[in-house]
Amino acid sequence: MEWFKKSKPGLVSQPKKDIPDGLWTKCKSCSEIIYTKTLEETFWVCPNCDYHFRISSKKYISLMLDDGKLEEFDQNLVSCDPLEFKDSKRYPDRVKAAQQKTGRNDAIISGLGAIDKLPISFVIMDFSFIGGSMGSVVGEKIARAIERAMDNSLPIVIVSCSGGARMQEGILSLMQMAKTSALLAKLAEQGLPYISVLTNPTTAGVMASYASLGDVIIAEPGALLGFAGPRVIRQTIGQDLPEGFQSSEFFLERGFLDKVVDRKSLRHTISLFLRYFTDNVSKRAGDPNTPGASSSVA
Amino acid sequence: MAEGTFLDFEKPIVELEKKISDMRDFAIGENIELTKEISSLEEKLGKLRNDIFAKLSRWQRVQLARHPRRPYTLDYIKMMTTDFIELHGDRRFADDNALVGGLAKIDGQPVMILGQQKGRDTKQKIFRNFGMANPEGYRKAERFFRLAEKFNLPVVCLIDTPGAFPGIGAEERGQAEAIARNIFVMSRLRTQIVCVIIGEGASGGALGIGIGDRILMMENSWYSVISPEGCAAILWRDAAMGPQAAEALKVSSDDCMRLGVIDDIIREPVGGAHTEPEQAARILKTELLKVIAELRQQSPDELIESRLGKFRAMGSCRES
Repeated sequence: MEWFKKSKPGLVSQPKKDIPDGLWTKCKSCSEIIYTKTLEETFWVCPNCDYHFRISSKKYISLMLDDGKLEEFDQNLVSCDPLEFKDSKRYPDRVKAAQQKTGRNDAIISGLGAIDKLPISFVIMDFSFIGGSMGSVVGEKIARAIERAMDNSLPIVIVSCSGGARMQEGILSLMQMAKTSALLAKLAEQGLPYISVLTNPTTAGVMASYASLGDVIIAEPGALLGFAGPRVIRQTIGQDLPEGFQSSEFFLERGFLDKVVDRKSLRHTISLFLRYFTDNVSKRAGDPNTPGASSSVA
Repeated sequence: MAEGTFLDFEKPIVELEKKISDMRDFAIGENIELTKEISSLEEKLGKLRNDIFAKLSRWQRVQLARHPRRPYTLDYIKMMTTDFIELHGDRRFADDNALVGGLAKIDGQPVMILGQQKGRDTKQKIFRNFGMANPEGYRKAERFFRLAEKFNLPVVCLIDTPGAFPGIGAEERGQAEAIARNIFVMSRLRTQIVCVIIGEGASGGALGIGIGDRILMMENSWYSVISPEGCAAILWRDAAMGPQAAEALKVSSDDCMRLGVIDDIIREPVGGAHTEPEQAARILKTELLKVIAELRQQSPDELIESRLGKFRAMGSCRES
């Protein structure tokens, strides 16, 4: 529920735009003026201070997957309005506006791709669609992506970017945490790897479900991670939060992350993990199709 | 109704109750025959109570769920079970007093029973952290789940929390991971799990002990992705808009039943569980015994597959 917050407490406030256009771009962290073309080459990482700009899900696909290609599934899934929810706007209007803005039906892209020729089920969330919030469509597409991994004995990689569950679908949004996590538990029983990648921000209901359940969990530097949002915690304890609280680095130090990984190394790091996990599995009893057959583990 | 706190909409009931009790005292004191008048007033009281409780708004149900005299987890355990042995600690960090549980017998049926615990007076409220568990509470619950699985005991989770605790320590010790892990573990636990929302079912804090073969709600409890006040603070920038948010979020037991999130509603005595706690506990106990007996017929494989299927089906989307 935290997507209304500033993602970097204590820093200068951020403009709403995901990616600034124009010839020159000012770094949101160190205020350095950078040639935009340079930023394109560095995957939108500030060459001066290593700040990771938020980039679109499409850009992640192009930098992470072989040939930048994803065979997309379930693009047509759209949210119903189970609560007939209305605040300042009707929920269907809010969804429609987000669809027009992003050209997508909801806050998630899923499908099949490959990393270094190893086929995977791949999921990436899109923050520009109602703060990457998780409603029924996000939950369903993740569920199907996990099932696709199980059906094809593939690893799954989920790149999270979300303020949490989508309020406008109420309790059904909460249940997406249950749906996705329960399927991940089944996937784990089958011995299939799940790599969880956290980007800025990953909080609340998403962090308290699938994002926290990877066999390994990695995060981009400086991402806001956590259960409760900084504002809620500040209100609860009535004092300011320590510097760097709830950052990727904080999470690493506290033992909830395996590694903080620069954007440019994401693809290689994931590839390494997947090789460690799958090469070994295929050697089990010489049968690559039953990776979960634990009785045959040497 | 006992002296003390009552809700706004309970006021006419409380007043009429007082009138009846005054009249009774008067009749005894003055030795006058008023039986007829009193029984007529009692009839009126029953009707008034029925009328008020037949058309409660969602917000009124939220208020009932938070009623200062509503039975809490340990109250139900005391009223429903025998031989309760409370177990303590997550074996990693601490014992969380906001989430309690242990071994007990319901009509001779051994169970692992646990839930969030609120405090009644200020001192107890602080001791119980207002029913808001820290990661160690969820990890204690996880330990109970595994114990129950090992010894083939049904698990009963009583849910009553305004949320998982949002504090610095909670973040440092991985509140999100603790909740995610419990959902993961519960979804494959090879024994029966029955979850009952007895009061407040707020978000991840509730879901952290909320995965089971049967999800039940007490009639006047609420279950939501966010508290009404939390939602109001975000959408209307004003926590006082809680009543509107409760309506918009559809937080009542009837709503959750309609949305396919729960399996059944457990009726409360008219007037709410706090007016007749013993009766409320009896109803809950009967329901638990029935459900556990049903679930005991299924093999662990059947249990976990239908449990997964149940949550797999939740949501509301379509192909465009």
